[in-house]
Amino acid sequence: MAIPKVLILRGPGTNCDHEVAYAFERAGAEVEKLHINQLRQAPQKLQNYQILLLPGGFSYGDDVAAGKVLAVQLEHFLADAIREFRDADKLVLGICNGFQTILKAGLLVPPDEDGPLATLARNTSGRYEDRWVNLDVTPGKSVFLKGLSTLEVPVAHGEGNFICRKEWILQGLAQAGQAVLRYAGLNGESPVYPQNPNGSQGNIAGISDATGRVLGLMPHPERNVLPTHHPRWTRQGLRKEGDGLALFRNAVEYFTT
Amino acid sequence: MLWEVEIRPLGRDAERERVCDEFDLLTHGTRGGDLVSASSRGYLLEGNLAAPDVARFCNELLVDPLVESVKISPLGTVLDHPAFTVLLKPGVMDPVTESVLKAANDLNVPVSQVRTFRRYFSHENLPSQDCDTLVRKVLANDAIEQVVIGPLKSDHLALGQPYTFKLITVPLRSLDDAGLMKVSKDGQLALTIEEMRTIRQHFQEQDRDPTDCELESIAQTWSEHCSHKTLKGQIAYSETIDGRTRTTHYKNMLKETIFAATQTIRQRLGADDWCVSVFSDNAGVVKFDEQFHVCFKVETHNRPSAIEPYGGANTGLGGVIRDVLGTALGGKPICNTDVFCFAPPDFPPEELPPGVLHPRRVMHGVVAGVRDYGNRMGIPTVNGSVYFEERYLANPLVFCGTVGLIPVDKADKEVRAGDLIVAVGGRTGRDGIHGATFSSEGLTEQSEKISGGAVQIGNAIAEKKVLDVILQARDWGLYTAITDCGAGGFSSAVGEMGADLGARVELENCPLKYEGLSYTEIWISESQERMVLSVAPEKWEQLRKLCEAENVEAAVLGTFEATGRLKLTYHGQQVADVSMQFLHDGRPEIVRSAEWTKPTVAATSPPKPLAPTDALKAILGSFSVCSKEWVIRQYDHEVQGGSVIKPLVGVVEDGPSDAAVVAPVLGSTTGIAVGNGLNPRYADLDPWAAAAAAIDEAVRNVVAVGGDPTRTAILDNFCWGNITDPQMLGALVRTSEACRDVALAYGTPFISGKDSLNNEYRSANRKISIPHTLLISSLAHVTDVTRCVTMDLKEAGNDLYLVGVTKDELGGSHYHVVNGATGGRPPCPDLTQAPKLFAAVHRAITSGLVRACHDLSEGGLAVAVAEMAFAGGIGADVTGLAAISTEGELSDGVKLFSESTTRFVLEAKPGSAADLKAVFDGLPFAKIGTTVADQRLRIASSAGEWLVWAKLSELKDAWQKPLRW
Repeated sequence: MAIPKVLILRGPGTNCDHEVAYAFERAGAEVEKLHINQLRQAPQKLQNYQILLLPGGFSYGDDVAAGKVLAVQLEHFLADAIREFRDADKLVLGICNGFQTILKAGLLVPPDEDGPLATLARNTSGRYEDRWVNLDVTPGKSVFLKGLSTLEVPVAHGEGNFICRKEWILQGLAQAGQAVLRYAGLNGESPVYPQNPNGSQGNIAGISDATGRVLGLMPHPERNVLPTHHPRWTRQGLRKEGDGLALFRNAVEYFTT
Repeated sequence: MLWEVEIRPLGRDAERERVCDEFDLLTHGTRGGDLVSASSRGYLLEGNLAAPDVARFCNELLVDPLVESVKISPLGTVLDHPAFTVLLKPGVMDPVTESVLKAANDLNVPVSQVRTFRRYFSHENLPSQDCDTLVRKVLANDAIEQVVIGPLKSDHLALGQPYTFKLITVPLRSLDDAGLMKVSKDGQLALTIEEMRTIRQHFQEQDRDPTDCELESIAQTWSEHCSHKTLKGQIAYSETIDGRTRTTHYKNMLKETIFAATQTIRQRLGADDWCVSVFSDNAGVVKFDEQFHVCFKVETHNRPSAIEPYGGANTGLGGVIRDVLGTALGGKPICNTDVFCFAPPDFPPEELPPGVLHPRRVMHGVVAGVRDYGNRMGIPTVNGSVYFEERYLANPLVFCGTVGLIPVDKADKEVRAGDLIVAVGGRTGRDGIHGATFSSEGLTEQSEKISGGAVQIGNAIAEKKVLDVILQARDWGLYTAITDCGAGGFSSAVGEMGADLGARVELENCPLKYEGLSYTEIWISESQERMVLSVAPEKWEQLRKLCEAENVEAAVLGTFEATGRLKLTYHGQQVADVSMQFLHDGRPEIVRSAEWTKPTVAATSPPKPLAPTDALKAILGSFSVCSKEWVIRQYDHEVQGGSVIKPLVGVVEDGPSDAAVVAPVLGSTTGIAVGNGLNPRYADLDPWAAAAAAIDEAVRNVVAVGGDPTRTAILDNFCWGNITDPQMLGALVRTSEACRDVALAYGTPFISGKDSLNNEYRSANRKISIPHTLLISSLAHVTDVTRCVTMDLKEAGNDLYLVGVTKDELGGSHYHVVNGATGGRPPCPDLTQAPKLFAAVHRAITSGLVRACHDLSEGGLAVAVAEMAFAGGIGADVTGLAAISTEGELSDGVKLFSESTTRFVLEAKPGSAADLKAVFDGLPFAKIGTTVADQRLRIASSAGEWLVWAKLSELKDAWQKPLRW
């Protein structure tokens, strides 16, 4: 099958578009960037692509709450286009601010009559932090995480604390195989701060939608793609590539194999 | 209708905890928790809104029901508890309001005006003293915020009143000296009597008086900030060392010292000259690879940061990012570096001079300001340092630097006659205008000032939007030249761009934040996030559309034209018409006198020096040396994907890296290394030595990670006290001479620089001058980033070597600081040997012979080895003190703690010994020990007894504890 085309949706305050484009190109995809204003004017443009990517950054300054102002636009102006896109067996990926956006737009866990089921709140440390974490991967149906069991990637955020409205929602996500990425502790022990850098319930670092074709995660896989990205490469030697590349390659291979 | 939306956190109330802790800290008490019972935040909304509209808006946008609760009420509703509401003063930038208005529009909620607030509740009415401390020192900053006690009262949120044009002329021609100085002082023009007389004469020749706008333009152009008249001016310098006096008359001190060194280096390099543009554009530019150049600029934003640390730091970083964006045809920022100087955070609050913020609060605010701007811009903050010294109490220093990438074919800019003058970005308000006030019916029912003055808050997203469109416009060739709006606003930007041609500006075309600005206010406003472009008329439509597509405002202000004059009109009325030549070259020359006499200071031995292990721990735990992880992790240091050597390195990523390495073109292994040097304590003893040591440190930093010392550019930032004092200015001249001599010896050209003078606090009974502070920032080329090394020890069983000569140079050292000693000889490099040592270390690293490399700075050898060990989780036995190269006989204490320059510790595999020896043949180089698996550091005396014996965990804890916030 043809090389998939990735749409990087950018807007005021998007800022990880450059490196995530590089990661997808390295994985074999073709990448285009489009401003949210342009997509709002012509929502059908979305259907020209196979993968929709919402990158990291501070959309609209994270004013009000991280990702919220962009999420409002996805819900109110692009809901039909996104529904059609998803129904066509295509992929959606939200990284960091992109995760905050698609979660708040209801693309991962749709709200019920009492409102949203989950949110990403302020880190319990009370501050923004950039640090590397280890993730346990339970791929389930997730297209992006196929074949992965661990990932070592950095987080860089102030609002990544995954909170569910009720305990049963968290359990439900786990049972449905949607709790695909969790912060890992040292030597198999349960993680404490800073291994779980933000206090997320269930140590959740990322979740999948029910189909496995939409993934949202706080860590940045695009920041562990090159051999020199790893924080300890001067100790351990250069590897062929970083852990994170596999995620992008899985997405590309979904369309090419 | 005006509504109040008050939002409270469910569960933990982190903001309440913060203010209670702050109150307790400032009062040495524990009552903070009794005073503040809860906090909230919220929005004031104005518009044709019914209660259900507001409820829907909260539900769909403002409130996250999983973590927050909300109370909606008409403004002015009586509150349940005594409450303090903190609001930004009218006119102060509040980026959130823009986003809320945008979302309201998307959601079809008719909101016309928004303001945000924070609120704090207390149980009962507070005693007035507590209330005062709480309000003035903890809850709000008077420079930008107002506090309302009890319910809010207001009937509208909109700002501004219509402006009625009235041309103002200043009757200068008839004034005597006293009258001239009154005009300068009353108008905050900061012009000297000689300058005022020159202006008077100019207008006497014109047979008319200047308009206020003309006078302001001249004052802005001739200001220290814009013209650097002291450093670029005439200085009669006299220097006395050991009774011998030398005098030098500088016609342009900077040109004859620092610039001259760069010119000589470039001539020496000939065809291999790798400088592109130095001291001419907004940033210095050097070659990077076939496709790109890199540019680098470091700015200070000291006084605004002293008054409002968050806004000061935030707009400081925003400003230097715009400098890079305004260099050549536009640089793409690829990394930031930030260096701060503060008083110690444990300074006793009761000893604070009046009007001075506590250093801990300054530090919190500055770090947050840099964090919020840099992270939002998507520019990694990869390097920096924080230096603590009591003399920075009233004048903290905030240095912000940015490196940018410029395509080789976008390196030249030229304004052409007929080009349009286009302003892009933020709207213009009264921000930064001295003394401008206007009354408005505000929330406190009293006449208020639109907060101008020195303090602003940045809007990073506004600047990111500008960055996004400028880089596209650059690549499409839509403009011929660009510069940023910094100090002096349009006055400086248009004045500079049109200096060789001339310009005509129609001031009414400038988009305003609110009504009421006079033509002069428009012209000199320093509102943030604005750029000025020169655009060929046929490209304007394309540029306009590009900006519109991304919600960036762009407006044609006028035209560059070959008249040689600056002509300003307001709705057809001429308000200024001055010759560009007078504006830029008319300033009278003043000769300043400067003196430096070598102080006679004897080394004083501390009465009872600490034992070596205790001294080592004390230095590790001193504020300047200790871990800055609390700061570093709040910065995104990896965005853009170019990170190669991070600021924190080692087995658990918490050791102090010497310099950061970034490979900005993804997939390429060509990179840059960024470092810095700053040694104000040495400057007390000898400014020459201090400057030399700062350059040496900045170069050492980048060489230690693999940067090429023959491709290292440096930047100067002078922060000085009151330079009308000849002694102060003398120290500055001596520093500049050192910069010239050392740059020449090292082959490291200065490519850009900046100064901030008169950093002195004066009150009725106290004067505090900052120490002479020279920051040197370094930018080195890295040919192959995969050859880089880090400072953490890698494995047991390797050899440790010391490179360089150790001398009796404890003057200004941290060993003296922790022992309470003063005096002594400060470190000073050997200018002949240092370049050879740098070259050898570089060769050793690029040949793959080095496993770890750390440069020696504060705390000398002992601190360097300790840091390497605990960063790597590998122990070390240092047994070769007797073998190291020294100048004269040295005690072991001096060997351990001297801060002599141009020294490195290397870790290498035993098998590399012969090759390393060959690389360092004829240079000071000695094996000093081995790495061991045991988690401890041992250092033996020359006689073979253990001087230092400490667990790595103890050393690391000492180093991490002070700022583990």
